[in-house]
Parts: sequence; C-alpha cells; structure tokens
Amino acid sequence: MDPLVRLTGVAKRFPNGTLAVDRVELAIPAGSFVTLLGPSGCGKSTVLRMIAGLVEPTAGRIDWPGLPEAERLGGHPELGFVFQEPTLMPWASVADNIRLPLRVAGLSKAEAEPRIAEAIAMVGLEGFAHAFSRELSGGMKMRVSIARALVTRPKLLLMDEPFAALDEITRFKLNNDLLGLWRQLKWTVVFVTHSVFESVYLSNRILVMSARPGRIVDDLPIDAPYPRDDGFRVSDAYGDLCRVVSRSLHHAIAA
Amino acid sequence: MSEDAPQPRRRREPLWLKLGAPLVIGVLALAAWEALIYFKEIPWYILPGPIKITETLIRDWHMLWPSLLATLRVTALALLVAVVGGFSLAVLFASARWIELSLFPYAVILQVTPIVAIAPLIIIYVDNLTIALLICAWIVAFFPILSNTTIGLNSADHNLLDLMRLYGAKRRQVLWFIRIPGALPFFLGGLRISGGLALIGAIVAEFVAGGAGAGSGLAFRILEASYRLEIPRMYAALFLISATGIVIFLAFTVLTNLLLGRWHESAIRREG
Repeated sequence: MDPLVRLTGVAKRFPNGTLAVDRVELAIPAGSFVTLLGPSGCGKSTVLRMIAGLVEPTAGRIDWPGLPEAERLGGHPELGFVFQEPTLMPWASVADNIRLPLRVAGLSKAEAEPRIAEAIAMVGLEGFAHAFSRELSGGMKMRVSIARALVTRPKLLLMDEPFAALDEITRFKLNNDLLGLWRQLKWTVVFVTHSVFESVYLSNRILVMSARPGRIVDDLPIDAPYPRDDGFRVSDAYGDLCRVVSRSLHHAIAA
Repeated sequence: MSEDAPQPRRRREPLWLKLGAPLVIGVLALAAWEALIYFKEIPWYILPGPIKITETLIRDWHMLWPSLLATLRVTALALLVAVVGGFSLAVLFASARWIELSLFPYAVILQVTPIVAIAPLIIIYVDNLTIALLICAWIVAFFPILSNTTIGLNSADHNLLDLMRLYGAKRRQVLWFIRIPGALPFFLGGLRISGGLALIGAIVAEFVAGGAGAGSGLAFRILEASYRLEIPRMYAALFLISATGIVIFLAFTVLTNLLLGRWHESAIRREG
C-alpha cells in the first residue's frame, strides 16, 4: 500500500545559512503513529512544518501518494496541526476556537454545530463549550487545541511537542486519551517529542534524529501491542524498549 | 476533568472604597478651598470659591450649555473621523508593508507638530469654522488610534497565522478572524487616549479661532470671560471642560470592560 506521505531527500537551509535538516528520507504509512525523536534544535519541528506545507524545503520532494490531488486543493483540510502551545484565540470561547477551521472552510452553522459538539465530547470537555481559554487549565487548553485539529476530520495529525509544557500527570492522561482517539478514528499521527518515555508509550515507530543538521539516523519499530495503558508504563517490556531507544538517541547526539 | 483547577477570577475591591475614597478627598479639597477664601477674605473676583462657581454655573447655564454642546459636537465628530480614518489606515498598513513604510512617517510628523502651531493656518485656509475646528481636533486625535491599531494588527500570534495558512484561509479571513479581534485591546487603548485628545484639540482650536457668536464653544467662553475679568465664569467653563473629559474617559473605560471583560488581561481582575 502507498504511504500517506513520502519525503525524498528533503533538506532545509534557512536564509541565514543554517542547514537545519538534511537528506531526510521518510515514508509514513496510513494509520501509523510515528514519532520523531531527537535533541532540541535537531530540526524535528522543521520536518513537521515542511510536511504541513508551512515551510518550503530547499531540496528534495514531499509527495502524497495516499491522498488524491483533488482532496488537497485549497489548503490542507486533510491535515491537523497541534502546536506546543495551545494557540487558542483568547477572545473566543472553546466552541468558537474549535469552529475556526470550519469557518474558514465556509461550513454553515447547521453543518458545523454537530461536528463541534462531537469534537468537544471526544476530548472530554463537555460543559466547557462556552468557557474562555483563560478560564481553563493548561491540560484543558491543550484538549481544545486537539479538538480544533480533529474537527476537520484530518487524515494526518501533526503534533509538535504538544504535551511538553504540561505536568507529568496531565501528560500521562492526555497520552492515554490521544491513543484512544487514534485507535478510534484511525488517523495517521506524526508526533514530535524529545521525551524517550513519551515516544515509546505512544508510537508504533520511532525515527531518531541527530543534532544539526537534522538527519534520521535510526528507525525503530515499537511492536508492543495496543491498547497500551498505565500497566504498559510499568512493564518490563516498556523498560526494555525505553532502554533501546535511549541508547539510540544517545548515539544520535554523540554522532 | 481533574487537571489543575481553572484560575479563579480576581476579587474586586469593594465599590464603596473605589468610589468613596476619591470622593472624600474631593469633598475635603473643596471644603479647604472654600475655607481658605472665607478666612483669608479673598474677593470672589480674584479667586471664587466652589459655591460661587456653582452659582455661576447655574446662573450662566443658558449661555454655557450651548457652548458645551458646540464643543461636544466638534469633539465627537473629530473622534468619529479619527476612529474611522485611524482604523482604516491601520488595516491598510497591516495589509501592505510598503504602504506603512511610505505613510507612517507623515503620520508621525502630523502628530509631533504642535496643534497650536498649525491651527492658525488651518483656520485661515478653511472657510467653514466648524470644519476648521474639526480638522484640528482630528489631527490630534487620530494618531493614537492609528499607531495602536497598527501594532495590534501586526502582533497576531504567529502560530495562529500558520494555522490559518494550513487551513488555506484567505487574507480577508485572516484579517476578520484573527487580526482584528486580536487588535481590539490595542484599538480600545488608543480610543481612550484619543477621546481625551479630541477634546483638547477642539479646545485648542477654539482658542486659536477665537470666534464669537451662537456656535462658539467653551474655550471661547473662557476667552470672553477673561477679557471681562469674569473669573467665576472662567472657572465654570473650565469645570465643564474637565467634566466632559472625565465622562469621555469613563465611557470608554466602561466600553473597554464590556468588550474585553471576559478574555483580556487588562480587563480581568485577579486574586492578589
């Protein structure tokens, strides 16, 4: 089966001359949960932003074999993006924040309302539709951000260290909820993190990146079965996998 | 949801304290003023006391009220033109950098040249006195709105702008959905400053124009009274100008709180 998206020899040199990412070869099969793992500043986010079309690669190609051309006209409705910060509009309620992509797409109120309600329910924010972002906790804001990404029913969800700024307990909870949504909605997820533990817990494949210029130096399958829950977090298998991935990351940083 | 609790709203100071404290100071100051005049036996035609000024205000109301209306009309019109002009120009600036680069310096020049210096020229060239006054008041009032709104439109969250690109949003959608709502607090900040400045501009222009007649404003009443050494009437007109400024400021503060109350840091009270 064709991968959903394929990167061939992709590189990015910024106008100031920095080579952020070099020779990235990457094929993401539909339905997978792929994590880009690497040290800070290794270009993980740049790869993600290039996939999203927010940054133009200076070399190489990005193809979408798994997505008919017609579906990608007029922006990327097939993509959802979650930033490290919740990136909400402070002047708008939870529901209005989630409505944003639908408003841009020109959906009528009647079409939008049920989808917004559904997205709110999926991230467990029932009863908060009319709350404003400053009335929410950090974890709840991130839930809104995820709801906004999934309201367009994307095929590919791109997540740029979404839980890095949250406390560990909240992060564990959101990890579990994200896995639940992924299994339920059969998305493809590309997740960026610098946490070995988070990457092993979530993904079925980890791509380890070296420091600048960022390159994919290791491709590790994580074949622990889903559903994964808090039991997996304390299992020997999890510990072993974390050890393997840590070692690989260590090599990548030293290289 | 058991994630850390939502932040509580800040508690307000009790209303009696917020209103009462400045009121007490005001009453004490007025009483001291009246007492000074009484005990030092200062004649009213040199320094009138609050009671005398109040009497004058009531006695001369038939003349002061139309003047107040004249000044208010110029102020309000100038502010309206400043809001429409300043806001539209800011949107234009935000839409194309080259427009901002080529026009902004002239907006600054207009702003830094004292209105008292330009007003005589404007009054010479513009036949219609009301329009001349309006132009003067507008020159002073429009800049804070223009500069604040421009900053506001340009300080949209970059991730939100990226998100809009991802969704394939049109420029118009970015402007309406992201930039303008985000600029609202900046715009309202500018509006509060401009409200006061429009009044100042109107008064300064009236002083320079020195025009008499039925349509003349409060500044002219002050000039006229000063020629006749009617000091209490000068104070009465001054009081009206000052009160107008306060009302304008309070009105925009209320408007700001209404519009931003639920989301913007400046309008939200937090637990100390």
